Formats: sequence, structure tokens, C-alpha cells
Amino acid sequence: MVYLDYSATTPVNPEVLKSFEKVVREYPGNANSLHKLGMKSFHLLDASCKQVASLMGVSKEEVIFTSGASEANNLAIVGTVLKYKNRGKHLLTTKLEHSSILETMVFLKTLGYEIEYINLLPNGKIDLNDLQNKLRDDTLLVSIHHVNSEIGIKQDVNEIGKILKQYPKVIFHVDGTQAVGKIPVSLENIDLYSFSSHKIYGLNGIGALIKKRPIELEPIIHGGKSQTIYRSGTPTHALSASFAKALKLVLEDFDNKYNYVLKLNKRIREFLETMNDIHINSPIDSIPHILNISVKGIKPETILHALAESDIYISTKTACSSDKSLSLSVLELTKNADYARSSIRISLSFLTKEEDIDYFLKVFKEKINELRFMKGE
Amino acid sequence: MNRVILIKYGELTTKKGNRKIFINTLYSNILKKLKDLDVNISKDMSRMYIEYDSTNQEIILKKIGEIFGIHAFSIAYKTETNIDALKEMLNLVLKENLDLEKNYTFKVETKRSDKSFSPNSLECNYIFGEHILKNFPNLKVNVHDYQVLVNVEIRKDYSYIYLNEYTGLGGYPVGTLGHGLLMLSGGIDSPVAGYLAIKRGIKLNLVYFEAIPHTSLEARNKVIELAKKLAIYGGDMKLIVVPFTKLQEEIYKKVPGNYSITIMRRMMYRIMEKLTKRFKALAIINGESVGQVASQTLTSMNVINSVTNIPVIRPVACLDKLEIIEISKKIDTYDISILPYEDCCTIFVPKHPIINPNLNQCLEMEKELDYETLIAEILDNLLVINISSSMENIYEDIL
Repeated sequence: MVYLDYSATTPVNPEVLKSFEKVVREYPGNANSLHKLGMKSFHLLDASCKQVASLMGVSKEEVIFTSGASEANNLAIVGTVLKYKNRGKHLLTTKLEHSSILETMVFLKTLGYEIEYINLLPNGKIDLNDLQNKLRDDTLLVSIHHVNSEIGIKQDVNEIGKILKQYPKVIFHVDGTQAVGKIPVSLENIDLYSFSSHKIYGLNGIGALIKKRPIELEPIIHGGKSQTIYRSGTPTHALSASFAKALKLVLEDFDNKYNYVLKLNKRIREFLETMNDIHINSPIDSIPHILNISVKGIKPETILHALAESDIYISTKTACSSDKSLSLSVLELTKNADYARSSIRISLSFLTKEEDIDYFLKVFKEKINELRFMKGE
Repeated sequence: MNRVILIKYGELTTKKGNRKIFINTLYSNILKKLKDLDVNISKDMSRMYIEYDSTNQEIILKKIGEIFGIHAFSIAYKTETNIDALKEMLNLVLKENLDLEKNYTFKVETKRSDKSFSPNSLECNYIFGEHILKNFPNLKVNVHDYQVLVNVEIRKDYSYIYLNEYTGLGGYPVGTLGHGLLMLSGGIDSPVAGYLAIKRGIKLNLVYFEAIPHTSLEARNKVIELAKKLAIYGGDMKLIVVPFTKLQEEIYKKVPGNYSITIMRRMMYRIMEKLTKRFKALAIINGESVGQVASQTLTSMNVINSVTNIPVIRPVACLDKLEIIEISKKIDTYDISILPYEDCCTIFVPKHPIINPNLNQCLEMEKELDYETLIAEILDNLLVINISSSMENIYEDIL
């Protein structure tokens, strides 16, 4: 099998699974129970939280465990809007966001909030002048991805954060789901930051929202204090421990892993540039883990299934929005509907082997030629 | 390797009769502290020598800096006891430790524990001084105002040369003065009091009064964090969690507000006395500081202290708050202490607690309380948590 869909989800690191199993077996108590078993689980939860905090460079009071990045994004946006409802009703974001942000914004629009989208430069970065022009007195929240999930565009969230620091009433949320574990993350100028475990070789079902002090949030899941006062529900101490472990492991040997993926990415780019009618959508300074391309005249689903026949797995757009026929991100970046209709995403990992790339490139070329031949080209 | 860490004993050198016990205690404390670091320790009546793996040097120096009973320590170079070998080692020591492009003034100080060694100490100073002057043109002698002190210790089998000395923590080896029980609240003062008690050689166990649900698990967790910091200096210890809720509620319900803190403290001392028996402690230690709060006036202390005959040691009694804070920052407990979780002493605080309580009135009020039953119940429901300074690693196989 050649798995090239790491941005959809990552295989679970066996070490992470081992941690999870151990906790499930040996820490049976509810971390909110006051007896000895509960305390044991509570202390582990606390240590897990502390580990996540220290790896992210924040304090443990600033970590809110959630069920994943979608919930973290929802909590960040809805929680802010509810908490600071007197500050205004104007929200800024981009068209390159994940659906858990775009759809939340659409929902808030029905409640009377005004949503504006910041313009992009041709390289996919947000236009900082446009951002500043769009900021208003009643702007409550700016939500921007760190790394776009379909194309791999990387935003300079630190720079954006510095600009937004001049507007103390504006809360800055960053969706870091595709960034954590892949590129260095600094939360210095960011108020809220979402990320998830199953993108960093951890288990599915847990993520976190980093909420810097002194920002407050209104919970969206009510039920009293649990791991934090911002999210109710029995604390998932086994998942939390496995998440802390996954985060630690993914950050080990970081530079070497990054450079290796960069090398793989270069190989694919160089190869594809020799083929006809293929457009590379990912700008050159996108993160190397994601490579988005459009194959002229062939439906992406067709390519996906053709490759799957040879046990190669890629994706069309993001896994979360595969039922729609056009990639909004690619359209927004390239302004070309043909590209947007025919884009596929290859996503890489330090686990990807050189031979996997050899095999993929060979099969890809064969399949494309075959498909084109059948179409009579 | 030719380097060892040379340890000079602290105040214990003055205690003639007990010297052996002190040295043995220090030896076992050091051994425990360095147990995973692959060291070999030898000792005599005036020095300890630690042979170690040079890759661990930094961590070992840090850990030795956390052990009480050490006056000073240094990285010493070990060589055979003869003049030529010592001269050769001198060359190496100076080359490895000084920037020989620069000018220095120096003094040689030789000590012979082997008095039969000839030449004598004074002659050795001349011989080594001359050797240095000859071989290191940038070094000049100045016995009054020197930048580099070259220490040469001549012993029977091996001799040692060292330049710089690190100051040790002083105090007595932990355990040499028996056991004490520290009342650990979560505030700034009590961890500092604990640290100072450890400094004088007292082996501590810790007592934390808890009133769940009025106090939170975070508060307990905070105390555990403080305990871990104390365990760095005091070694493994027990944290005894006292379930104080019912008794505290009883006091709150039945005792007039202005006396509630006084009575509460009296109850705590009663419980402490019982705990000293159970945990074989010879003293109660706490963070009371004279005049800091209503229960710490001398009148209050009299009324409160009168429930027990066990010595109560108050190491920070006469320190200013700023002095206490300074120590708490040094031992890294300050940032934990200031976390805003309520403890037993901060809930139910009356507006005007009495500063001159009357003992007879206390006794009258206590008649209304069924405290003996409640204390017995408390003692049946203690929670004991084992604390170790290396507790960060207890989840090593998970996190």
C-alpha cells in the first residue's frame, strides 16, 4: 500500500496506542471522581495537559481538550461570539478555511453576524492591507488557518498576530490542524489555536483548543466544570494521555523529518513538471507535506479510483468536503474553475518511503496516459 | 577519567561525636540523589569523592547543589601522590580551565592530609608555584589578591588538584535530626518553612488540610506540586491529606465568626499532634510568621499552641514577607504558590478575625463541638500520597 493521504488522517503511532491501552487498563476511574481511582486518573490527565501545554509553549490552564479540531474551531468562534457579544457582530476570515470554520460562519450569519472574507494575494497569502482595511470598531474575531488543508498554503500568523495586537478588542483565532507536527508553531501573538490528534499520528476523537489568558469563552457544551470550565463531558484521560504522547513523538527529530518530506516533495514536483497538462496548484512556499495538482480533462474521482486499484491512496479536495464538485480553495487561489474542478491532493509524511514515491510516480503516469488514451486524446 | 567531584562537608565537621552518623547519612543521601547517574562514591572523615561519567557532569553538579550537608564542592583532578605526577596534572588542569591567552594572578594552596609526605605544604607551594611560573608565562603570583586559587590536596594514595569551588547548600544532611511534620497549605510561607526545616537536617512528611468541596482538587494538585519541589531537597516524603470538611463546617456553623479561625487552628494542631504520633515525628513545622495574620499574633499563638506539647518550629516566624518570597523564588515554589486556588485557611474567612483571643472563651466554644468524634473520623480517613522529586517520571511509560 502506498498511502499519500496523510493530511486526511495519519496512521496511529504504535507507541501512542500502547499508551492508550495502558491507561484504559490501569486507570479505570473517572478523572472527576473524588476517590482514589478518580484521583489517579485526574493526576494523569493533569500531567497530560501539562505536557501538551509545555510542548505548545503555553501554561496548562490554557489547554482545553476537545473531541477534535472541528469542535475546537466551533468552540473558538461560537464561544468568543457568545462571550463578547457586546463588542460587535463583525467577523473576518478567509475562503481558504476548513469547513468547520466556513460553515460555522455561515451559521452565525443566520444569527445576524456579518462575515467578511479577507482577500488573498496571488501566492495564497492573505493580503495584510486588505485585512487592515476590513478591520472595524465592531470587529470581534479574526479566524485564519495556519496551513490550508487542501493546498498547503502557509500563512504568516505571527505577522498577522502582530498587526492584530494593535486592535486589543479583536480576538485572533488560528486553525493549526495542518500545521502542528509539520512546521514550527509559535503562539506568541495568537489568542486561540486549534489542532487535533489524528493528524499527528495520534488517535481520532481528541483535539485541543489553546486559549490564552485572559481570553474567556462561553462553553458550547454545557454541564459544569470538567477538565476545564469551557468544555463539559467526562474527561477523556486515556485519549488525552495518548494525545500528549503523540505530540511529543511527532515533534522529535523535527528538522530531519521536515527536510526529508521537502526532498520527497521536490522529487514529485520535478517529475510532474515533465508531464503535459498538469498544473501544480500549491505555491512553491507551501508546506512540503501537501501537494495539490490539477490534471486537465480528467475528473479527480476517476484518478482517485484508478490509483486505488493499484493500492495508492490520495484524496480529492479535503476528506471533509469530498461530496461537492469543486474545490473552493483552489478556485479562490487560481481563479480558474477548470483547475478547481480537477484538483487532487497528495499528502506526504516522514513515514513515506522513497520507493513509495517511485511507485506512485510510475503508476500515476501510466494511469493518466491510459485515461487520456481511453478518452481518445 | 581523571576528574572527580570533591565534596567538603558542611557544619557537620564541628559535631565530633556524631560525625560518623552525619557522614554516613550524607553518603546515603548523595547515593540516592545520584542513583541513576552511574557514579562511584568513596568517603573518608573529611572528604567525599565522586567518580562519574563526564557526559553527566552538568546534571550531577546541579543535583549536588541540592543536597544539604555540603559546604563546598569542586571538580578535582586526581593523580598519583608524587611531585612529578602532580606537576604534570597541574599543566593539564590549567590548560583545560583557563584561557591561557589572558593574564592571571594566582596562588597555590597545598594541604597534606598525609603529613609524612615530604616536602611539606609550604615547600609544595613554592615548588608548584615555580612550576607554573616557568610553564605559564601569563600567570603571575599574587598571594594576597589572586584570580586563580590552585588547590592541591595531598593524600596517601591519590592527590587532587582543583581550581574553582562551588558553594554547597550548607545545613545538615537530611535525616540526621529525625522526623518532622510540615503543615503545608499551598501558600508562599509553608513551603519555605519546610525548606528551612530540611536544611537543618529534619526529614519531613507533609500534612495538607483539605475541605472538599469547598477546596478544589486543583488546590490539592498545587500542594502536590509544592511537595515535589520540597522533595528535591528533602528526598521522598509522604503527603498526608486530612479530610477536614466536616470539622470545618461544624466550626463554621457553631463558632462565632471572629473566633472561627482561632478554633480552626486549634483543631489543626490537635490533629497534628495525633499525626506526629502516628508518623513518628518529633516536631510540628509550619509557615507561621509573627504578626502576618490574625492567628499569628503572639496572643493567638499562645491560645492556639496551648493544645499541644509537641515542639512547634516556625522557621519563617521572624522573616519579612519579602524575605520569604525571596527564598520561595530560589526554591522554585513561588510560581506554584501564587496559583489562585483556595485552601482551608482562606475559605470561610470572617471579616474581623479576633487578634487577641481568650483561652477560656475558646474552651467554652469548643464544648459545643463534638470534635473528638470528628477528629477520630478524620484520622480514619487519611489519604497518603507518596511524593518523590522524580515524580515527573512516573508517567514515563505513558506520556
